[in-house]
Amino acid sequence: MLSFVVKRVLSAVPVLFMVAVIVFMVLRLSPGDPAVMIAGPNATSEQLADLRESMGLNRPLLEQLLIWLGDIGRGDFGTSLVSGKPVTELVMDRLWPTLALSTSTIILAVAVALPLGVIAAWQQGKWLDRLVMAGSVVGFSVPVFIIGYVMILIFARKLGWFPVQGYKPLSAGFGEFASRLVLPSIALSFPYIALIARIVRTNVIEVMGEDYIRTARAKGQTERGVMTEHALRNAAVPIVTIIGVSIAMLISGVVVTESVFNIPGLGRLVLEAVLARDYTVIQAVILLFSTIYVFINLSVDLLYGLFDPRIRY
Amino acid sequence: MTTTPDSQVVLSVEDVTVDTRPKGKKPIVRNISFDVKEGETVCIVGESGSGKSVTSMAVMGLLPKDALQVTGGRIMLDGEDILKVTPARMRELRAASVAMVFQEPMTALNPVKTVGDQIDEVLRLHTKDSPAERKKKVLSMLDRVHLPDIERVYKSFPHELSGGQRQRIVIAMALILRPRLLLADEPTTALDVTTQKQILYLIKELQEQEKTAVVFVTHDFGVVSEIADRIVVMNRGDLVETGTRDEILTAPKKDYTRMLVSSVPSLIPRREPIAAQPKVLDVISLQKRYGKKGLLSDNTVLAAQDINFTVHKGEITGIIGESGSGKSTVARCVMRLTDPTEGSVVVNGRDIVPMNNLRDVRKQVQYIFQDPYRSLNPRRTIGQSLMEGLINYGMDEAEAKKRVGETLELVNMPASVMNRYPHQFSGGQRQRVAIARAVVMEPDLLIADEAVSALDVTVQAQVLKLLEDIRDNTGVSILFITHDLRVAAQICNTVVVMQKGKIVEHGAARDILANPQHAYTRALIDAAPAPDWDFQNFRPAAAAVAV
Repeated sequence: MLSFVVKRVLSAVPVLFMVAVIVFMVLRLSPGDPAVMIAGPNATSEQLADLRESMGLNRPLLEQLLIWLGDIGRGDFGTSLVSGKPVTELVMDRLWPTLALSTSTIILAVAVALPLGVIAAWQQGKWLDRLVMAGSVVGFSVPVFIIGYVMILIFARKLGWFPVQGYKPLSAGFGEFASRLVLPSIALSFPYIALIARIVRTNVIEVMGEDYIRTARAKGQTERGVMTEHALRNAAVPIVTIIGVSIAMLISGVVVTESVFNIPGLGRLVLEAVLARDYTVIQAVILLFSTIYVFINLSVDLLYGLFDPRIRY
Repeated sequence: MTTTPDSQVVLSVEDVTVDTRPKGKKPIVRNISFDVKEGETVCIVGESGSGKSVTSMAVMGLLPKDALQVTGGRIMLDGEDILKVTPARMRELRAASVAMVFQEPMTALNPVKTVGDQIDEVLRLHTKDSPAERKKKVLSMLDRVHLPDIERVYKSFPHELSGGQRQRIVIAMALILRPRLLLADEPTTALDVTTQKQILYLIKELQEQEKTAVVFVTHDFGVVSEIADRIVVMNRGDLVETGTRDEILTAPKKDYTRMLVSSVPSLIPRREPIAAQPKVLDVISLQKRYGKKGLLSDNTVLAAQDINFTVHKGEITGIIGESGSGKSTVARCVMRLTDPTEGSVVVNGRDIVPMNNLRDVRKQVQYIFQDPYRSLNPRRTIGQSLMEGLINYGMDEAEAKKRVGETLELVNMPASVMNRYPHQFSGGQRQRVAIARAVVMEPDLLIADEAVSALDVTVQAQVLKLLEDIRDNTGVSILFITHDLRVAAQICNTVVVMQKGKIVEHGAARDILANPQHAYTRALIDAAPAPDWDFQNFRPAAAAVAV
């Protein structure tokens, strides 16, 4: 098991490196001279030359890449072309709201979807199963912004249980922090509950038809024991996969939710940076998102090995 | 036989009927009655669909709840009617009083738990032993089923063990609580003959130690002749006949039993080699290595090496071996479904190994696969599947249709089946269609890869006869790959015996099967069930030799 973990972790290193190189190349290969973009349309050719010299743009590409990788290694992503603030600072400010929202959403989604899927599988073909499956169609079909606005209308405006919008950091107190996450997390979790519950149901039903389930019953195992001790862990691999995919989708999907609930997270940062053509910020955020994806994949791989001994190679 | 007249009856199945839910036109198992005494082995024998497995699942109380139910009769286990007990009591009885060994050791164990933990689970559920006591009991049970290195096996996952070892684990799991009754549903069907023999011996040994009553469900009369005290013959849900082993095997009363017993192939070779015919296939120094050599490591597997044999026109040559012997690899190389690493495969005088364009060869060599359920495209009619090859080789549709019709008649199917789909046929009929699919191309060589292994004995006998008829009518040569020596004895002129990628013996079937020279061939023959029965003539084989 240890060698499996080490191998998997090491295999993530070249992937991260490739991602960094690609992000670097994308910016260099995109049309236009960064110096012209930074200096603006009224700059003289002397100013441009100075700028190129100070930014190192006239050095060979490989050298630029190495310098850039070195900067990244120290956590230096340069300064924003628009605000002039360090990119690292900008991104870190926005990272926490997004992480808080994504984490609470996925925990909620898994916590609801797992039992729903298992119940549906257990009651396969009966009314409870049909109810869960019908609910999942609705959950999957209604767009997040509609669920979001409806929930704001009911729970924030009419009932006044939660604040309408916004974000407060944890340092402002847990109540302030958590109360503002409830509605967006629920709104955002709907499609993921639907998706994960379906996958859980399908896989549990499939596993329940396996020979070793019959063996477990022949041993005198209870139906609950059959489910918890034999079925769930065998159904785990595809479920973990879909949870991993959900997290990745979730992070790219926060752009919409953050707009609806007015949360100052990465989604909003990307939106603003793209509209303002703030290349250094875009570059940093792409790199951050890619890194997160790589780590999600790595975690999913490691979980495979944990759940299924046959995958530990 | 280990029973005495005053042995107690452990299981008494009385007038049991099993029906589908909701009720079908006809129950699947109708009014079955039989008893099993302690220390006795009763074999339930029947073909697929006879209801033999359903009967054993009913005794275990494991019929799929929403599909099948017992609608009549009583199943008495030590005087307790298990059809009337509560679910909780039934769970108590399972493993403790009635245990089961299943057919597929590959899938009967949970792949994500160690086998030690899975045997331990039985003790956790049924005893109040401490973890240390449980572990001691499990280890001693692993020892009793003769597993090597029990501490390591205890911590192993199922995929780390061989098929035979896994079946030992399943048996250990079934017998650790010393149940009164053991139900074994085809427990050796998926195993090689040598492993099968060991497992049968193991069950017998443990049975004698504990006086367990054993119900052994099987389709294999070879196995039956070795272990049965009494035999219950079933056909399509009815009990046909019961009797002691010798009564059923030597003097069956019912026609169905007679047909069933006489369909069982015996180990007595029946065919002579064919000489003085041109060579159709000549395999010379064939070698196949799977995988690539790395810079430092060598992960390659030598699946076949130094393979030399010939097949003459009109000859049936058997390649015999256990799983992993390389017999299928050789067959695939002959067809160039996979490329040999070295050597030549000469078909009709031309070496096909260096050829790039295999179009002509493909027509000359045709393949019949093992599983008739998966080798026909389910979305195409029989006619479309059979005509495809002919049309690919430039025949026009009308003529192809005519040829397919003729070929179907050759395999005893009416030409009218061309418009039907594979799912409308039974396994035996599908295998006939698969054979027609190969024969319609008018090949010079047919490769039949375990082509009758998945079939019931009566169907198997028909298909074997069909293959011989086709050989006689068309002069085709057949390379017949099988793990079953008895089948090979029925049909092959010459045989090639393979072990671990090498040929250990090669020659006329009558010489090799009657007088094996190599130790491995002898071991295979010894392990083959019922070497001493001549089923076709309802007598021990010694009588056949005497004649």
